[in-house]
Amino acid sequence: MNISVRNAEAFEFTPENLKWAAGQLAKYPASRKQSAVMPLLTKAQEQNNGWISVPVMEYIADMLEMPYIRVQEVVTFYTMYRQKPVGKHVIEVCTTTPCWLRGSDDVVAACKDELGIGFGETTADGEFTLLEVECAGACVNAPVIAYKEEYYEDLDNDSTRKFIRAIKNGDIIAPGPQTTDRHKSAPQGGPTTLKEFCATPGGDS
Amino acid sequence: MPTLKIDGIEVEVEGGATVLQACEAAGVEIPRFCFHERLSISGNCRMCLVEMEKAPKLIASCAMPAGEGMIIHTNSDKVKRGREGVLEFTLMNHPLDCPVCDQGGECDLQDQYIAYSGDDARYEDERRIVAKEDFGPLIKTVMTRCIHCTRCVRFADEIAGVPALGGIGRGDHMEITTYQEQPFASELSGNVVDLCPVGALTNKPYAFSARPWELKSTETIDVHDAMGSSIRADARGREVMRFLPRVHEDVNEEWISDKTRQAVDGLKYNRLDQPYIRRDGKMQPASWEEAFEAISAKLKGVKGDKIAGIVGDLCDLESMYAFKGLLNDLGSSALECRQDGAKYGGRHRAGYLFNTGISGIDEADACLLVGTNPRKEAAVLNIRLRYLAKRGVIASVGAVENLTYPAVHLGDTVRALEDLLAGKGKFAKSLKAAKKPMIILGAGAVSHPDGAAVLKLAHDIADKYGMISKDWNGFNVLHHAASRVGAMDLGLVSDKGMDGILDGAEKGDINIVFNLGVDEIDLSRLEKAFVIYQGSHGDEGVKYADVILPGVAYTEKPGTYINMEGRVQKAQRVIFGPGEAREDWTILRALSEKLGSRLPYDTIAQLREKMQADYPHFANIDQLPNEDWPESFGVAGKTSDAPITNLIDDFYQTNPIARSSKVMAECRQAYEGAKFEAEAMVTNG
Amino acid sequence: MLADKDRIFTNLYGYQSWQLDAAKKRGDWDNTKDIIEKGVDWIVNEMKSSGLRGRGGAGFPTGLKWSFMPRESDGRPHYLVVNADEGEPGTCKDREIMRHDPHKLLEGCLVAGFGMRAEAAYIYIRGEFVHEANVLDAAIEEAYAAGLIGENACGTGYKFDIYVHRGAGAYICGEETALIESIEGKKGQPRLKPPFPANVGLYGCPTTVNNVESIAVAPTILRRGGAWFAGLGRENNTGTKLFCISGHVNKPCNVEEEMGIPLKELIEKHAGGVRGGWDNLLAIIPGGSSVHMLPKDVCDTVLMDFDSLRDEGSGLGTAAVIVMDKSTDIVRAIARLAAFYHHESCGQCTPCREGTGWMSRIMDRMVTGEAELSEIDLLLDVTKKIEGHTICALGDAAAWPIQGLFRHFRPEVERRILEYKKSRNAA
Repeated sequence: MNISVRNAEAFEFTPENLKWAAGQLAKYPASRKQSAVMPLLTKAQEQNNGWISVPVMEYIADMLEMPYIRVQEVVTFYTMYRQKPVGKHVIEVCTTTPCWLRGSDDVVAACKDELGIGFGETTADGEFTLLEVECAGACVNAPVIAYKEEYYEDLDNDSTRKFIRAIKNGDIIAPGPQTTDRHKSAPQGGPTTLKEFCATPGGDS
Repeated sequence: MPTLKIDGIEVEVEGGATVLQACEAAGVEIPRFCFHERLSISGNCRMCLVEMEKAPKLIASCAMPAGEGMIIHTNSDKVKRGREGVLEFTLMNHPLDCPVCDQGGECDLQDQYIAYSGDDARYEDERRIVAKEDFGPLIKTVMTRCIHCTRCVRFADEIAGVPALGGIGRGDHMEITTYQEQPFASELSGNVVDLCPVGALTNKPYAFSARPWELKSTETIDVHDAMGSSIRADARGREVMRFLPRVHEDVNEEWISDKTRQAVDGLKYNRLDQPYIRRDGKMQPASWEEAFEAISAKLKGVKGDKIAGIVGDLCDLESMYAFKGLLNDLGSSALECRQDGAKYGGRHRAGYLFNTGISGIDEADACLLVGTNPRKEAAVLNIRLRYLAKRGVIASVGAVENLTYPAVHLGDTVRALEDLLAGKGKFAKSLKAAKKPMIILGAGAVSHPDGAAVLKLAHDIADKYGMISKDWNGFNVLHHAASRVGAMDLGLVSDKGMDGILDGAEKGDINIVFNLGVDEIDLSRLEKAFVIYQGSHGDEGVKYADVILPGVAYTEKPGTYINMEGRVQKAQRVIFGPGEAREDWTILRALSEKLGSRLPYDTIAQLREKMQADYPHFANIDQLPNEDWPESFGVAGKTSDAPITNLIDDFYQTNPIARSSKVMAECRQAYEGAKFEAEAMVTNG
Repeated sequence: MLADKDRIFTNLYGYQSWQLDAAKKRGDWDNTKDIIEKGVDWIVNEMKSSGLRGRGGAGFPTGLKWSFMPRESDGRPHYLVVNADEGEPGTCKDREIMRHDPHKLLEGCLVAGFGMRAEAAYIYIRGEFVHEANVLDAAIEEAYAAGLIGENACGTGYKFDIYVHRGAGAYICGEETALIESIEGKKGQPRLKPPFPANVGLYGCPTTVNNVESIAVAPTILRRGGAWFAGLGRENNTGTKLFCISGHVNKPCNVEEEMGIPLKELIEKHAGGVRGGWDNLLAIIPGGSSVHMLPKDVCDTVLMDFDSLRDEGSGLGTAAVIVMDKSTDIVRAIARLAAFYHHESCGQCTPCREGTGWMSRIMDRMVTGEAELSEIDLLLDVTKKIEGHTICALGDAAAWPIQGLFRHFRPEVERRILEYKKSRNAA
């Protein structure tokens, strides 16, 4: 369980991230710096190509005056911290029951086939990492893939293949439902309620 | 003071007590793995579940505050089934390797399985295998046996103050480990072996060497520092196999340092097991008769003022008393015990005692450390200072080291004390505001060239800052030598100190030096003198000896020790010494006879009777003295800028036994460079 | 069916902007000062009279919970913590509030915070909801800029801050004390209770932890009156509720409906009915993965509220309705949930740490039939030995779906085991 890559490069926040970190620390009482460990690790992971190395842990621990082991506990407890290097594109497929009922097996098969790797693996070119995740919390839009801060929803085998090919091609894909005729979590074909509020599409999120 | 009913027995407990404590008060045993009186409550093992009327679920009795009118059942079917379930889950991934497990025979899991288990094991899937961890040279790990009670983690954080351990991962992948495979570099690390309820953490040097039922246990007292920790020595045949702590609430609670526990192999190596005489420049084996003859011949016609006697750090009262008697009979009054050159004198007992008492620290709310790193000089005492640091403020004067708690650094010279006496600085205010302030002078302070001035300053600081009152004495000297307070009480001090004797030997003023276990000073300065070394180990002292008389170690003789508080305690013989070695007072008694002035006792009982007649307070076993506070001690004077340092550099190598221990030798090297946190413990003030 | 005028989350689907201007048009932040000036007691009483029960799963009366906060401060600050660690399989309602109606939540924080004398609110949002956290952050910035929160919130002289704290992937942080631990920068391991958060919570201070939906409905309740909310649904099960309908329905969706709506009506009206028709229904998990499933005959008539579902031996939970039609491998559906709880067990206490893995391994064998018949009773005994013996409710939550499976589908599991044995013997 020890973090495998030990001789990773030294780490420190960019000036911009350092400023951001100060903003995070300001959220918590001055004597409770440790509270910022999760946001800081998340930011550090972002800066460190998607994973947390030993130098990252020790840098954050020093910054927050935490024992190193306490930071390692946090890193190994929360699944979003990755303890080894990952590909440029991390594809996270939800396979928990609500997604499974809606065909996540097909989504998984499409991912594995398109990428030629299994869960927990990274393609040889270092482009893609495929991960299985537990309930993403978008169950009425199942099955779901999480990719770069957004959810891609209502997937099936075909739309998953299209999605992955688009990433490979560098195309931009709009997040949300990947089927036609559906707006977010409203029922397909339009909502059954609140029709007057839906008359003027203008949602900006 | 809530009253509860436990299995029909009414019991009243202190406010703040838990249901588990209430059960114990009612005489009802509650099984547990994670709960430990001296650690925070984690409630994770679930073994202590009991039934509380009106609660829908079983409750963890270790964590539930006792409340008025609670009705508790500890033997209902529901409780029984609950325990059976918890035990089954606990054993599910626990290997059945008891025959090759050192915990066998003293394992909480084994015991509780026998008492509380239900059916045979029903879990048939693969068991979890956990990689070995490296906790260092003292702790053997078989983490597959770990039941995740987290006692060791809590100990490291809360008691040792070295946050090296943690539980990483989640769910049934959680593993107890040290940070990045570093060893658990604490002077107290061995205590986790006692705390571990199973065989996950066991005593590494002791691995596979004995089973508990082969051992003969003796309750005795430790000598590796001046705390006088209560210990149990387990021996098999003529070998001490291991040391364990005994509970002494006012001294060591239930902890011992790693040196106390693990220098045990030092009792086997480098032993002096027969007399030697230097002949033609070489030490050669001799008989007792020849050795005594050589001494007797050398002493013939020598005047008392040409003879000196020096005593070391591990001596018992009885040998020192006999030693003093012998030397006095020879006309010598140049007797000295202060190997470290300490400047306190023998006149005022309060001037060299740890007057607050070790458990008195628990009442203090401010503390000034001068020239000491208690972590190395009295590791177990340092636990109480850590707790003090949580409720009050600690400042230090001297070298900056990681104490395991934050301390405000006031400076590294005597100047800092002068400033404090003058009321300067922020800490002066804290000290003034404190209800029970204390000062602790370590060897680095009292053996400083200006040590006499330091003592005077400390005396006056104690007076000025309200450290002395009817029921509080906040002035303390922290000793690290087990023999020191006893030697001071016996008056083994001379005006010119240890240096005076060494100077005398160099100049030829002193021709004969009796050395009773002195190994910590530059003994080459005795080269010109005729030196008789009596001790247990072939350490520094034998290098410059002309005659060696083999004494025994602390486990091999009954003896009395007075700890830094002035507490008189009796140690017991665990085994007999090796070869020709003899109990020290008997050697001196036999020699006295040879020299023509027989010491007036034939048995240790007679010796003690005589000694207690001379020093009545030696009879006050295990009592804390209450010494009068003198008007003054120490000497006011001009002081220099020489830095105050800490005397002990290497905790693991402080005496002949520890230096003979291979295990101790391993420790320092193993712990070198271990780093668990940023160095942010010290603030300047 | 609930009338649109009684719907609180009018931008549930995000057809409109989440931003402050649009939110105000929907009625948010409308004279919030008035509400605050009515005072703490009025707010708490109005919440009590609304009958609102916590929307995070346990259904504890919200007003009552607020009233547990100390009336007089002993010098320690009070905190409101909003549980936005939405992760109960089947549940995705709080996500909609945060990405489409964040100002409802923020206004709710202010009035709830005032109602419990809190100086700040921490919104703990699950780490995966990056987009939602970004929207929340932006909405908070808007609210500060408009003086709605901060030094002089809504011109009331009351100082109130709102902070977003992002999680990083741990279902257990939805447990309120694990969530508090997580905000404190530690592993999300539940604390022992007592002490309860209202006495010793975040940073050792009095704290109330509420679900996003519970907080977000508060401003509307206070504006329209507790009586209005209490007039919807039925006694002890009042108000409106966000339902998440997933699984084998024609049109999965979220919808706000009246408490106590019949399950069948909910599915047929809003989710386009069960795939293949109502008669193709096998079973439904009505309240998120942690509750017992209901067989079809119960689904025919059961009402969607706390008490009706409790009476059926299940629970409303988060009102996440997971529908399974007759094509479902029901054993695998539950085995996957067992794997979920095994994955999410924090590892702190023995029965859950060891038991969830044990259950999951047996369940996996039940899926293929490779188990022994005797293992069914063994498995049920294991669920009973976890249930009620753990520090938090995750142990119970892991046990219940399995108990539910065997209550209704034991013959199916037995059939598989026997069939597997037969096929082995034949081979």
